Amino acid sequence: MPQREGSPFTGLATVALKEAADHMTSARIHLVMLLVLLTAVGAVYAAIGQITATVSEDQFLFLRLFTTAQEPLPSFVAFLGFLLPLVAIALGFDAINGEYNRRTMSRILSQPIYRDALLTGKFLGCLIVIAICLLVLWLLVIGLGILLVGLPPSAEEILRGLAFLLASFVYAGVWLAVAMVFSTIFRSPATSALATLTVWLLFTIFWPMLSPLIAGAIAPVDPFDPMTAVDRVEVERAIARISPNTLFGEMTLAILNPETRSLGLVFANQLSQAVIGAPLPASQSLMLIWPQLACMIAALLVLFTAAYVSFQRQEIRA
Amino acid sequence: MNTVIETRNLVKRYGRHAAVDGLDLTVEKGEVFGLLGPNGSGKTTTILLLLGLTEPTSGTVRVLGLDPLRNPLEVKRRVGYLPDQIGFYDNLTARENLLYTARLSGLPGAEASARIGYALERVRLSHAAERRVGTFSRGMRQRLGLAEVLIKRAEIAILDEPTSGLDPQSTQELLDLIGELSREGITIVLSSHLLTMVQEICGRVALFNRGRIGLMGKVADLTSDVLGGTHVVEVEADGVDLRTALAGAPHVTGVVEQRSGLWRVDADADARPEIARRVVAAGGSLRTMSIRQTTLDEVYVRFFEEEKVHAAA
Repeated sequence: MPQREGSPFTGLATVALKEAADHMTSARIHLVMLLVLLTAVGAVYAAIGQITATVSEDQFLFLRLFTTAQEPLPSFVAFLGFLLPLVAIALGFDAINGEYNRRTMSRILSQPIYRDALLTGKFLGCLIVIAICLLVLWLLVIGLGILLVGLPPSAEEILRGLAFLLASFVYAGVWLAVAMVFSTIFRSPATSALATLTVWLLFTIFWPMLSPLIAGAIAPVDPFDPMTAVDRVEVERAIARISPNTLFGEMTLAILNPETRSLGLVFANQLSQAVIGAPLPASQSLMLIWPQLACMIAALLVLFTAAYVSFQRQEIRA
Repeated sequence: MNTVIETRNLVKRYGRHAAVDGLDLTVEKGEVFGLLGPNGSGKTTTILLLLGLTEPTSGTVRVLGLDPLRNPLEVKRRVGYLPDQIGFYDNLTARENLLYTARLSGLPGAEASARIGYALERVRLSHAAERRVGTFSRGMRQRLGLAEVLIKRAEIAILDEPTSGLDPQSTQELLDLIGELSREGITIVLSSHLLTMVQEICGRVALFNRGRIGLMGKVADLTSDVLGGTHVVEVEADGVDLRTALAGAPHVTGVVEQRSGLWRVDADADARPEIARRVVAAGGSLRTMSIRQTTLDEVYVRFFEEEKVHAAA
């Protein structure tokens, strides 16, 4: 095969900035952002009410802003885990097929750029929007916390907060990549939106129900062998971790609750001489979530590669 | 004259269907070349192959001496393309749309906006520069597409069905613009299924049929080669068999009876006086006689009819 000449990154920045600008001004994104903003502020406000009501000594008061839930509102983290995929899907579901439907695809690709630049540029453009959105939310929560609780966050809390920001960013990136894959596979934006939402529903609602069932089929428990029960739990966790939502949940748990020592089974003998309830240093918590984070980044790359391969092989004619 | 586009034995298959089937094409610098044929005859696929937007199954393409597969960026930098049913970002203004593609082709900001101003002027869209493209008519979009080609300062402009779906006035405007570009030395390749409409602006044409070029050459040569004449005389006359009456008449190259009493005579010059003389001499009564230039449509229909007959035989 002849080698192609010229850089695949020609025009990348132009595409990315144009996409980001388009999203920033589109009504669709404004609506989704408004929803996220309102729920986030609501959740944090409720959490602050809860925190100020309970007078107790807490080393990580600031992190409680993210994790405290007051009935009937879920916590900020739970809201984010639910709504971030929606934001990403809203950004990405018509990324590629939208260009075909507007009939702009052949015109753009007849400019001196490679297809790589278009796909990667669109992905980066959406990531920029997600990053801005998350940063705004994060600063808003911190700001609300400082104003209403009246305490500045400690350095460790900021560090953990930043790690949480990164985890949310990667989590949203995975869902963006899912949306991008479907937007290259299906020519109709409605189909790709529905397909992405189906995957999202599967992982958000049905996966937690399915994983015990699948685990039960793969690793049945033998009542006379206690080790099979352990195996079964291990299998179930492994299956549950296919869902990015599980990974995100585990990451936020470990980062925002410094007392978390393990994300799997812990045996009594492993806890001997441990000071139960003593927080881990931030570095140890980061070690704890590293496999989850690496998995999410890997998933993101694999999905993006799938979109890339499918797009490169596509016929341009509409 | 030097060759700017050359394809050799170009084949593109979609599954078992060959969209382009053994294409040999050469386009010289500065000419207006027409790819003509009905829908689905392989014109658009050929154009995509020329731009490197799709890969050939076999065969070679050279555009400006470059291989569009190996060096697509350079080819796309020097070749402008106006796609069939061109689309723009409807929520952006005309100027913003052009600015985006100008940036993609690597033009610095100041240079781009100067060229955009000039190009919009040329295609008479200056008044609509700040309007959103969503409000544009079909003809305006097509002209905006040409503006994009102008901004690029393309050496070759490839226009896919530039006049389809336009009203007669917009069509004429667009054809005039294309003529202007051609006079400035830009090589133009255009495709159309409206053969007659473009025959006046094309120097040479290739007639496509099922992925192959059936005929290629100057319009006048094609009409005389296939129909044997450049003129068609329709004769209404009674009481005479025109076929025998016109046998051996100068300039007459063919006689066909279209229905009883109506004849169609192909000629390579205005043969009306001779026809009239012969009809009268043969004792027939001449009712009407009209002459017109042969159109490419007739060439097309005639040529591929004959081919079908050959294929069936």
